[in-house]
Amino acid sequence: MEELIRKLTAAYGPSGREGEVADLIESLLKGKVDSIRRDALGNLICEKKGTAKDGRRIMFSAHMDQIGLIVTHAEKEGYLRVSNVGGIFIANSRMRHVRFQNGVHGVLVEQPLKPGETSSMRTYYIDIGANSADEALRKVQLGDVAIYAEECFTLGERRLAAPAMDDRCACALLVSLMQALPPCKDTVIAVFSTQEEVGCRGGKTAAYSVEPDVGIALDVTLCGDQPEDRKLAINLGEGPAVKIMDMLSISNPELVQALLAAAKRAKIPCQREVLPFGGTDAGAMQLTRGGMPVCTLSIPSRNVHSSCEIVDLNDLENAQKLLLAYLKG
Amino acid sequence: MDLKTLCEAQGLSGREEKIRRMALDACVKAFGQSAVTLDGLGSVIARRKGANSAKPTVMLAAHMDEVGLMVISATEEGLLRFRAIGGVDARVLVSKRVRVGYEAEGKPSLPGVIGALAIHLQTAEDRKTVLPIEQLYIDIGAKDKAEAERLAPAGTLVTFDTPYTPFGDGCVLAKAFDDRVGVYNLLRLLDAPYDGDLVFAFTSQEEAGCRGAVSAGYSVQPDIALILECTSANDLGETPEALQVCRVGQGVCVSFMDNASIGDAELYRALLATGEAQGIPHQIKQFVSGGNDAGSIQRSGAGSRTLALSVPCRNIHSPACVCSVRDIDSQEALTRAYLQSL
Repeated sequence: MEELIRKLTAAYGPSGREGEVADLIESLLKGKVDSIRRDALGNLICEKKGTAKDGRRIMFSAHMDQIGLIVTHAEKEGYLRVSNVGGIFIANSRMRHVRFQNGVHGVLVEQPLKPGETSSMRTYYIDIGANSADEALRKVQLGDVAIYAEECFTLGERRLAAPAMDDRCACALLVSLMQALPPCKDTVIAVFSTQEEVGCRGGKTAAYSVEPDVGIALDVTLCGDQPEDRKLAINLGEGPAVKIMDMLSISNPELVQALLAAAKRAKIPCQREVLPFGGTDAGAMQLTRGGMPVCTLSIPSRNVHSSCEIVDLNDLENAQKLLLAYLKG
Repeated sequence: MDLKTLCEAQGLSGREEKIRRMALDACVKAFGQSAVTLDGLGSVIARRKGANSAKPTVMLAAHMDEVGLMVISATEEGLLRFRAIGGVDARVLVSKRVRVGYEAEGKPSLPGVIGALAIHLQTAEDRKTVLPIEQLYIDIGAKDKAEAERLAPAGTLVTFDTPYTPFGDGCVLAKAFDDRVGVYNLLRLLDAPYDGDLVFAFTSQEEAGCRGAVSAGYSVQPDIALILECTSANDLGETPEALQVCRVGQGVCVSFMDNASIGDAELYRALLATGEAQGIPHQIKQFVSGGNDAGSIQRSGAGSRTLALSVPCRNIHSPACVCSVRDIDSQEALTRAYLQSL
């Protein structure tokens, strides 16, 4: 699991530019599933047929995209103006090392604020070491997207920090699950979705073409165990969390019970999550076609939407055990 | 169909019948009755079958509706209260001429003007505040409430009253460029050379939240959709270059992202390359703002690869929008050239 996470968090893939992550996942799952395809939005859809004629179609969705900064303008001095792709927190962005897909490095800087001015993307720029607009635009084009450049590193014994842990750690979980999946009666469709960070866009079209009976999103959630935090009943390292509700979906109660029961059978710790903000691909799946029962299995993460999103490997390994137990029935 | 007729025609969201008639007639004439459908939300969808089924199905879309106003009631004095249909800035409304009601055979629309307190009567404080739409009224010269209600009952639609006026260096001033320029170019593209399936969608209710495109996108489900739009140019006065979005007269805008969709990365590159190769004036939309039918079409059904090509427009959504004829022509030329390159 750790190696998978390291590989996947190293890949470049902001919303709308997930191709590199999809290529990597496709290479990891080739031969392990019955079919792999991509759709118009770039979703990678991997299907493993079930053994039972009356088996269900269960869709898992883990999103490949990460938040980023899209170049909108080059100043004549060579600095790049940017706009956010997804939920960039301004406070997490000052003096950040960023990089582009082609390997160009930059520093995200906030210019001095005028009296009465507040921080926004308009007060930020990226310095890529260019001396003129022409030089800058030879290195990077308008519409190119920068991501936080930090590499994955280990904290303590079993914890990892990286940008894009949201949601590559769940991509790693889903890859690992599909690799380990024994024949089971239900058909399992692993969707590595696109553009979740800009509004669960890929999950919507994928769910439409996959036509599942059940939808389960795999995504990170916030923790409530940090100083002066937002008082959520989620602790890092105490197991995956079964989502009861967030702002985009109310989980199907039977599905919640089924996942909690699977945790019990697998003898792993498991938490219950109520998130008073945010949403996942479950929200998009739920309202597709005639609708379906949905739930999200969450991986607790500290500092979500920063360059150092922290997860605990125990939670990921336990999430895999839970999902295997659920699919075994 | 000429641009003057299209811009001067009245067509607010949900009431696009005049534009729809023109689009329907042109499409039926070009492809025959059986190729043209009118969907439940009032969008016109014309399918031109191509001989080569290996080629992607391409959808070209433009919205028929414009922003404007709707009467909600009358005052005791016979003035009309109103609300906006679509995004209208209250600051552009005071003292503007409007046409109340749609004109019909033998029945012209009523002239009206949006009134406010005369400058002589304003206090220093009044001059600092912008009157919200709730405090503006349309004067149609009615003698009392009863007459106003008879002439313009609640629900009556109101459009800006602006004659189409060419001026300056290839510029034009009119209402409703957003998105009659797209409709105009779609009609010019009915004969575009392409041997795959080509679908023309004249959508409804974009200004009310990209609604018509949801059902149009669903029924067409194209492989590729190009959205021919009109977008805000902020290139006047002291605006720093980084905030100008795009510039009138410098070519059609290719979009990498707005608030409703991220342009398909491959299409974005392909359209820029086509513009480059063919020497068609084009520019990149340099700001992330607004949204259009691309978002709805991209995510209808199993999804489509989408990109917006927009004509830059000053004072967009106002009674006096300004576009350049060269930009309008380059939107058509770039779309045509891209189809040829497929």
